Order: sequence, then C-alpha cells, then structure tokens
Amino acid sequence: MSFEQDLERLEQIAAALDRADLTLDESLALFEEGIQRLRAASEALSKAEGRVTTLVEQANGAIEERDAG
Amino acid sequence: MSGRRGESPRRGTAPSLFDGAGSAGAPAPARRDAAPGESADTAIGVADLTTLAKEVLEGAFPPLWIRGEVSGFLKHRNGHWYFTLKDASASISCVVWSRDTARIPAAPDDGMQVMAFGQLSVYPARGQMQFMVRAMEAEGEGLWRKALEETRKRLERDGLLDPARKRALPRFPRRVAVITSPDGAALHDIQSVITRRNPTVDIIIVPAAVQGETAPASLVAALNLVARWQAADVVIVGRGGGSREDLWAFNDEGVARAIAACPIPTISAVGHEVDVTIADLVADHRAATPSAAAEAAVPVLDELVAWLGTLGRTMRAGAERRVTLARRDLRRLAGDLSLRARRSVERRRARLQQVAGRVDALSPLNTLARGYAVARGTDGRALGSVEAFAAGQAFALVLRDGQVDATVTRVRPGGPPRAAGAAQ
Repeated sequence: MSFEQDLERLEQIAAALDRADLTLDESLALFEEGIQRLRAASEALSKAEGRVTTLVEQANGAIEERDAG
Repeated sequence: MSGRRGESPRRGTAPSLFDGAGSAGAPAPARRDAAPGESADTAIGVADLTTLAKEVLEGAFPPLWIRGEVSGFLKHRNGHWYFTLKDASASISCVVWSRDTARIPAAPDDGMQVMAFGQLSVYPARGQMQFMVRAMEAEGEGLWRKALEETRKRLERDGLLDPARKRALPRFPRRVAVITSPDGAALHDIQSVITRRNPTVDIIIVPAAVQGETAPASLVAALNLVARWQAADVVIVGRGGGSREDLWAFNDEGVARAIAACPIPTISAVGHEVDVTIADLVADHRAATPSAAAEAAVPVLDELVAWLGTLGRTMRAGAERRVTLARRDLRRLAGDLSLRARRSVERRRARLQQVAGRVDALSPLNTLARGYAVARGTDGRALGSVEAFAAGQAFALVLRDGQVDATVTRVRPGGPPRAAGAAQ
C-alpha cells in the first residue's frame, strides 16, 4: 500500500465517519482501519531523509539506482 | 598588377593553373606557351574551369549570412532542399544538403523572408553559382513557428493535445524522477526546492542531454527508461532557460510522443517566458521554470503533516459522535424497555384482579356465607356423597361461623332433597 493510497483511503474514511450514516460496527471498523493507516502514513513522513539517486540503464537492459550526490 | 591575378585577396589554395613560374604578386613572365587557357592550344576543359571557379569563389567568400525571399522551394527525393533566394533585382540558387536539413527547424515556404547562412560556391555540373545553406532563420522566427505549428498539428491529429488526456499529478508523491542535464542549474533548482519543501521525498535523477543534436534522442531514451522503471510517482522533464535553439529539443515531436506515452504523470519544466514548447502542450502539467515544477510536484511536508492531523481529528470526532449516538439510542431503548415492563406488569395485575374476583365469586366460602354447610371427614376431606358416609361415622359440618362435630345415624341414598316448597 503506497503512501498515496494510504492517504486517499484515510480521506475516504474520514469523510465516511464525518457523514455519520454508518452503523456503529461499521464506524468502529473504519476507525480502526483509519488509525492504522494514519500511523503508517505518519511513519513514512517521519523517516529521516529522502534519497537522491541516479537512474542508470545497464548494458543488459537492467535498471539500477545509484547513489548520487 | 596584371588584370589576371591582381584582384584576388583570396584565401585557400591558389589554383595551380595560374601558378606560373613567377612568385605571387609579380607579373607572370611572358611564357605564352605555358599559360593554360591563354590560347586555343592551351584551352582548359570545362570541368577545370568550373572547379577553378568553385575554388576561387569558396576561397574568396567565407561562410556568411545572406538575406532574401524564398521562391521555387523544392524538397528533392534525395533529401536535399533546393530553392532560389531573391530580392528585387537579383537571385541566387540555394541548396541545403540533406544532412544539414535537420538543423533547420522547418522547410521555408515560398515568399518567406529568410536569412540563410552558408557558403557561396559553384555547381560544376551546370556551371552555376550556388549558395550552400547550412542554417536558416526567417523574419519573425517564422521557421520556428512553422515547425512548431506543423508538429503541433500532427500531435493534435493523434489526439495527444486533448486536455482530457491530462492526468492529475499525484497529491502525495514519494519518488520524483527528474530528467535533465546532470550538471545543469535546473537540476540544482529542482533538488533544492524539493528538499526544502519535503526532505523525505526521494529524488531520482535521470541524466539526459537537453540541447544539441543528441538531445531529442537522449530525452526520449530517458523518458522510456522512466516508463519502463515505473517506480516514480511523477516525472519532471526540463532544463533551465536558453535561446530558442537551446530549447529546441523540447519542441521535438519524438520527445513529445515519449512524454505522452509515459505511464507516470509528467511535468514539463522548460525555463522560458516567451513561448510554450511542444513538451508543455503534451505534459500533464506545465511549469514555467524547473523550480515551479518542483513546487507543483511536491507538497510541503508541514502541510502534509497538518493534513494528517486534520484527518485524524475528523475520524476521531466522527467515531466519537457515532458512539455518543449509539449510547443515546441505548438509553432510549432502555427507557422504553422499563416502561414496557411496567406496563406489562400493570396489565397482568389488572388481569389477576379480574380473575381473583371471579374466583372469589365461585368460592365455597361464599356458599357458606349464604347459609350452606360442608361435611368433612375426620381427615379433613369434603364428603360430597352419601357413599362417603357410614352409620356411626364421625364427621364435621363446616358452617359460616364454625364447625359442628356430628355422627351419622343413618344413610339414605337417593336424589337431593327437593326444595322445601316442592316437597310432597
């Protein structure tokens, strides 16, 4: 699950919970899922630093990322 | 100075035909039999003449820019272009060799005012003066505009400029691919803007030539690489500002098609203010500068964190509201339930009272109250039939206000005694 997907799902969940037209069970299940995704997304954002790499194509066509300055 | 050689301040190799015995500048000695072309005996061939003329002309004229109006333009099957440049009183044949046509943005139209850069020469086969064009520009950048327009039309015909094709950029990209020169200012700008806005985002540099004749192929290769790799969320392709020629690769049709074919959302970032490049038209998002592209690609981390906080609060508030609602429902149900229970008890009590009344009415005690008596055996059982009696047996008579102990003197079976009035 990508960060983008996590956030989009979170937005759906928040909107659904905000509408309050769900059963209690649905609400609680969504809330639980939302909290998990919120945690995953927050962790992604709190990672130390993005990497800077250079994309290189090998002679055999394989694609490799190399650390760049 | 002899008229034959005096006028030429020419460069290049001196034609050997005219090289007599004398040193340059000095009049040739009068050796009539040795001077080619001076008599019928020493007549030179036509090819020698045209070759000589060609060498003289090319030596006399350095490559230069000339100005004129295009007429009779012809694109030959062999790839060369032929046309005439003219003005009010003169004209000259021009040729663009096929290998040079690629450097000219578009073929000129007849009537177009152009500036052509090239070498004045002679076309020996026709003995004709000809200008070999290596570069060309039109008044008002007409050739660039024409080239652009032609490419634009082809792309439009294929639907690649349809606004409906434009994809939304990812709102929360984690990996940004950047196709540009690895040592250009553009890369530096993009990197510093992304890092400033959101240092947690990965930057993947995909080096490419962004100007010169190799640029289009290099950009296409880089775009294809990103397309095959597919691990980036968004790709920026661009370079810093430059002259129109510098930016020309971003008007290349092949580059435009590679951008259109990219499976990942694209941002064009060609530093220029004047015009829109073809790449801009095809990309999902157009940024005026590389920095602007980085801003469009990457949201600010703090805003992202704040948004996560907002989402969390909305979720919590929603869930809490739902729980409160459920609790209220529960309370109401509980209230209903106790009310129903109370009513049900009351209903039962009422029925009980009703039944009790009926039971009361039927009670033997009431009969006693009306003056009847019940006979009971010594064991307390009611004796309801003569068969329960035997002479001499002790029994009791229960009456309204007490009991009488008695003994059977005689048993007389038969129907119940007649009512007093009906006897006899």
